[in-house]
This record gives sequence, C-alpha cells and structure tokens, in this order.
Amino acid sequence: MFGLNKRDAGLLLVVAGLALFAPFLLNPFPTDSAMAQFNAGYPDLMQRFVIFGVFAVGFNLLFGLTGYLSFGHAAFLGIGSYSAVWMFKLLGYNILPGMILSVVVSAVFALMIGYISLRRSGIYFSILTLAFAQMLFAIAYSDLIGRFFGTPITNGETGLQVYTSDPQFFHSENLPDIPHIFGQKMQSTYTLDVGAWSFDFNFGYYFCALILIAAFYLAIRIFRSPFGLMLRAVKSNQQRMNYTGLNTRPYTLAVFVISGMYAGLAGGLMASMDPLAGAERMQWTASGEVVLMTILGGAGTLIGPILGAGFIKYFENIFAKINDNVLHSWFSFMPDGLENLMVALVHPFVGKGWHLTLGLLFMLVVIFLPGGLVEGGQRIAQRLRGKKAAEKATDTSKTPAE
Amino acid sequence: MSFSNPTRRGLIKTGAVASAGLALPTYLRADGHSGFTNAPTGSTVTLGFNVPQTGPYAEEGLDELRAQELAVQHLNGEGDGGMMNTFSSKALKGNGILGKKVEFVTGDTQTKSDAARASAKAMIEKDGAVMINGGSSSGVAVAVQGLCQEAGVIFMAGLTHSNDTTGKDKKANGFRHFFNGYMSAAALAPVLKNAYGSDRKAYHLTADYTWGWTQQESIAAATEAMGWETVNNVLTPLASTDFSSYIAPVLNSGADVLVLNHYGGNMVNSLTNAVQFGLLDKEVNGKKFEIVVPLYSELMAAGAGANVQGVIGSMNWNWQLQDEGSKAFVKSFGEKYGRPPSNSAHTCYVQTLLYADAVERAGTFNPCGVVEALEDFEFDGLGNGPVLYRGDDHQCFKDVLVMKGKENPTNEYDTLEIVEVTPRAQVEYAPDHPMFAGGELGSCNPGA
Repeated sequence: MFGLNKRDAGLLLVVAGLALFAPFLLNPFPTDSAMAQFNAGYPDLMQRFVIFGVFAVGFNLLFGLTGYLSFGHAAFLGIGSYSAVWMFKLLGYNILPGMILSVVVSAVFALMIGYISLRRSGIYFSILTLAFAQMLFAIAYSDLIGRFFGTPITNGETGLQVYTSDPQFFHSENLPDIPHIFGQKMQSTYTLDVGAWSFDFNFGYYFCALILIAAFYLAIRIFRSPFGLMLRAVKSNQQRMNYTGLNTRPYTLAVFVISGMYAGLAGGLMASMDPLAGAERMQWTASGEVVLMTILGGAGTLIGPILGAGFIKYFENIFAKINDNVLHSWFSFMPDGLENLMVALVHPFVGKGWHLTLGLLFMLVVIFLPGGLVEGGQRIAQRLRGKKAAEKATDTSKTPAE
Repeated sequence: MSFSNPTRRGLIKTGAVASAGLALPTYLRADGHSGFTNAPTGSTVTLGFNVPQTGPYAEEGLDELRAQELAVQHLNGEGDGGMMNTFSSKALKGNGILGKKVEFVTGDTQTKSDAARASAKAMIEKDGAVMINGGSSSGVAVAVQGLCQEAGVIFMAGLTHSNDTTGKDKKANGFRHFFNGYMSAAALAPVLKNAYGSDRKAYHLTADYTWGWTQQESIAAATEAMGWETVNNVLTPLASTDFSSYIAPVLNSGADVLVLNHYGGNMVNSLTNAVQFGLLDKEVNGKKFEIVVPLYSELMAAGAGANVQGVIGSMNWNWQLQDEGSKAFVKSFGEKYGRPPSNSAHTCYVQTLLYADAVERAGTFNPCGVVEALEDFEFDGLGNGPVLYRGDDHQCFKDVLVMKGKENPTNEYDTLEIVEVTPRAQVEYAPDHPMFAGGELGSCNPGA
C-alpha cells in the first residue's frame, strides 16, 4: 500500500500515530501536579515539534543521503516565512497562497545557491552555503533590500508583521484577523478535560501534523527511489561515479532544491502559526540547530531527524523555563541548607543554562551512540530481542540504518 | 502476514482521527463562558515575566526579574510592601489580586523577536498567564505586544524606549510606563545646549532596529532645532560586539560630538571603544570632543566603568531620587538583593503594581476591564511624581531625568548623578505627532 514495503509502512504509521496523538503523549502529567512543568502538549510547542520535524526531514534528504553538509539551511526557512507573511500582507490571512509562495521562492533561492555551492564538496560546500546564508541574514537583518526600495521588505530586527493598514486584497469582514484556512482559525483550540488531565487539540497543530506526515511519506519514497539510490552512491564514492561517466551534479542539485523546498515549507508553516517573520530564524545558529537535530536523532535514518527536532525543541522550551523558584519548590522538602545547596547545584543546568544540558547530552549521544537516538532505540530493541536477533541486527547496521 | 490489512485499518483509523480533529468546532483555550483568555478559576492567578536572560541585554533582564519577584511578594502581602504604601491608589490590599494569590512564570526572550514570542506563547498557552510583563528591547516589545493583542492578554511593557511601541505599533492590549526617544530628546536638548553650546557637529552611531532608528530621529530633530548639525548617522547591527571599525571614521568626519544610540552591552562596548580611541581627549573645531548617550542605565554605567565620567544621558528613574516612593522601593529592593535597583527594574516593578491595581479597580481580570481602568489613569507615589497613563496611545507621561557620569564615584553603584529633572510639560507631545503617527490602537481583545 502507498508503494511502501512493510517496514516503511510501519514507520509511516508510527510517525502518523505520534503526530496525531501528540496532545495525549506530550501531556502525561495531571495539570495541577508538580510534574506538569514537564508537560509539552500545548499548541505552540507541538506546532514547533512538527514544523522543525519537516525542516529536519528535508535537511536529512540532503545530508543523510548525499553527505553534503549544508550549513545555511535556515536561510530557506526564513525566506519561506517572509514569503508567507508578505502574502498575508498583500492577499489576506488565508494561509494557502503563503504556503505555496514560500515553497516556490525557497526553491528559486535553493536553485541559485545550490548551483554555485555544489561546484565544491566537503568543507568548501559547507562554507559556501554558510556564507550565502549569512549574506541573506545580513540583508534581512538590516533590511538592505527595503532600504534600497525605500519601503520595508523584511523590516529588519523588528520582524515583518501584518498591519491593519496593509492591502489584504482578499480580506473581508467575516474572515478572522489571524491566519486561517477558509475561515478556520489556526489558533482555535479545543481543550478536553479528563479528570485531572487537560489535553489541547489545536487546529493549526493538526494542519502542521498532516503536512509532516505527507512530507515524511514523500521522504520515504525519495529514500527508496532509484534517485535516492543515486544520491547514496554520491555519498559513498562520488569520484568513482564521475569516472564511470555519470554526471552527479543534476542529482545533487535536485535534492538540494527539494531540501530547500522542505525548509521553505517549514518556514511558511511557522509564519502561518504565528504571523511574524524575524531575521533571527535565518542566523547561522538556526542552521546549526537543524544539523544538531539531524545528528542527534540519527543522520541518514528516516525517523531520526524528527526525534532530534523534538528533543531539541523540548529542551529549549521546557528546561529553559525552570527557574530558581521552581527548583525551590522541588527541593522544599529538604532542610534549608541542603535545599539551597541542591538549588545551587541544579541551577546551572536549567533556565538560561539549558544549552549546557543540551550540550552535555549531545556529547554523550555522539560519543556513545554515533548513530543518534535511533541507534539507541535499536540497541534497546536488540537487548529485548536477545542475542540471536542481535547478531542479525549488527549485520544490517553496516548498511545505513533506516 | 499480509500487511495490507493492518495498514488499511490503520488508514481508516488515521483518517477518522484526522477528520475528527479537523471537524472540531472553534474553541479557544479559555473556557467559552468566562469570556476572556486564561480567566483564573482557582485560588491563584499567574503572571508571565518575559525578560532577556541571555544576549546583549541580559543584565537588564535579570534585574527586571528581581524586581518582578519583589512585586509579587508585595502583592501577596509578604515583605514590607514597598511602593504599595506610597502608591496614590489604595485598591491593593496585600492579599494578592482580587483575593487570588499571585504566582509567576518566567521566560527568556534572548532579545530576539522569535524567541520572545515563543516564550510568551508558552506562558499564555501552557501556564495560563493573564498578563505578560518585561523585556528590554523595543523590537521584542513590539513583537510580544502584537502577540498579546492577538491572544487576548494584557502586555505591560518593560524597558522599551522606541517611539514605535506607543506610536505606529501601538496596540490596545499593550501599555508602556517607560519613557521614549522623543521624551529623551526633548529633555536632553536644553541640557546639551547649556553644556556644549549651540554650534556643534554630531555624528550618530545607531543600533539598527526600531529603537535606534526612532531615538536617532528624535535626537537629531531636537538637536538640529537648537542649531547643531548632524554630520552622519551610521547604523550598527544589534549583535555587534566590537565597534572600533565604526569609531575610526568619526575622527576624520569633522564631528565634535558623538551620539551613541546604543543600549546595554552594545553601549558598554561602543563607549569603551570610543574612549580607547582617545575621542574624549581630542579637540575638534576648537572645541573639546564630547560623547552623548541618550538612554542611560546604571547597569550600563557600571559595565562601562570610568568611561562614563562626564557623559550626559537620560533616564526614566534613578535610585538616588529622594521621593517617598523611590525611597521605599530602594529600601525593600536593597534589603532583598543587597544592591540598588536599576531603572529597568523600577519600570517592571511599577508595571506589575499598576496592572494589579487596575484589576482591583476594574473588579475583573478581563483585559477590556483592565484597559478601561488604566486608560487616562492618573497616579502618584511610584517614584516619578504625578503620572498620567494617556488613553490615546497607552503611554505614561512623567518627568524625565537627565543624568551625567559621576567624576569621582564613591562606590560601584554611585556612577551617575542627576543633572536635571525635566518637568513633564516639557516632554509632552500630541498623540498624532508625526514621529508617532501611522498606527492604530484598535480595540481591546479579550481573546475568547
């Protein structure tokens, strides 16, 4: 079914299940309990999980398959966002035109950047993409195009927003003043209260989740296609392919553009959930983040990037919000001196120190699980299956893990 | 085992769930019957404190957080009550807000619009915050203010000095206690004229975002009106940490005054660079070279050390003020943290009290009630003398302080001295002033 083999169909179902039941899975703790701090099932974060999932899946098509490490992918994310917000400003808050334009514009930029950058490989390719991305960031951050034309195009550091004075050609009185799709508001949320638990079902989230599932399905098809095989061949030995008379450039350029379109789609989704486009999402740190997500989850695996994206976004949003007050309430059962000591010990790792925790975990993963979280999962599965299955699994792990 | 069966079933299931998800009617998170976003139902109410804890304005953000914690303590009746005792409105009783104990959540804006909106959204969606307070950058303030307007919660801006916050980007759900670029310029111009004369050539270095642009525009307009000439204006990226390449051209430009439209870490670095280049020892056009920092803060002054000596700037409030409100605030802040509060701390503390007071007077947490209670509200005893919260643009009008770096500081906090307290009448402007035109306040949004 869907042209997938059994294993891939299973994987697609797992992703679909995770995405559709996320409001339950991410809110395991009762709302009023002390552990509610670790609940992640609120609309904004769930949207971020799947949007960055789309971004990372697209990045993995390039990096995981061809081994070309692009260090400027956030540029396409930003371009997608700006395109979408411009559609909101000009046409109205229906997100469809914005989504389409964001994919088209990022594809155009990816074609231009890819055409030049792909003349080199390895570290030179990375540096070229980084340089292009930083150039685009600087242009957006100082709104150089806007200054040239005398009207804001990216609106610099403040970020591009929609004002009531914008033309919004198709906007009418009975349509909401926030992003919607044919009148259905992205931010509308239905809250289900079950006993002490509370689950949020957000329309925008489910819209993003469906797109993630579609994007993931497309990624599987690309992985399994002859085109995908060609890309893997590029990764294992590009020189040999060139010697046999094959021109690999069209393949790598095609996947670079596809990957850029994924990023543009993610950017368009981000703007659709929150109609503001800031230049920061194009900065090199954002490009680095998607590299981290992919490596943390498992580069070259299908589901890894999604796991990595979820992992990093969870840390950024949940750990960063634990302040000293929360720590004191956790350790309040201890005597005063001990309580203060514990708070002082934990303090550097939470709140603004979440980067430190993430960095430590990243180091642990890279050292002990070079294949990322997916390898961790595989090892656990092996332990459970017993020794015989383990031997079999080691054989397969020499081929790229999926 | 044939896999098509499970898949088909899975597909049907998936489709059913998806269509159920899509068919869900429109509800906002807040209960429909309460009429507004995050209506507090239990015995507590949650406020969201969104401040920069990392990035160029981190120092300011951490000081804001201290003040906000203090404000929550005072609202809940702990500590000595601080400015609640001197506040002209007596609606607050020290039993929380409307009898509900005040709790708070914190977030890191990172001085980035995206991150700030994400953390504010988390506070609104996850923690159920009814009010967002804090922030130390106008770019962030404008972004978060827009978000609060959409979500239907009140935004009590922290330190934001751009004209746009209550100008072209003003929103009905947003309120600003802090002063702005126009007021700084109006207060500074006469002092600069007295100190440096009316025949000067100014070179501007400006942080490249909404605050820098509007402050530069304001200062240039005010100084040009008294006879100064603006030689050049160079925009510098907010993320810069080294300004030496921007300082060098100043020497050859023929300018004799350098105006640094920088704040926080930016200002510390650019001022330090300027002093290292020996600008203050130069004589240009037969006059001593001077540096002006239109927006000052004691945290910046402490960061720049001896470099601020003699440099003139303006402030919203300073801990050395001797009115009852300021003394009470400095006392309780000092007792808790062992240091005097900065003016960003002051504005966040005051904004939190003002919000709580407005809720008490309105008798509801409904944003529309709060907006009505705050609009055209006149108050006193919060450290700035008599203050008006103007209803037309949700901007506070009060006296402005002109400050100068102290020549012989006695301790690490005694870095600035008050040169003049510019009366409120001198810094007032019409709501439709060209520097503030272009935006619409809109109407209050209660969310649900």
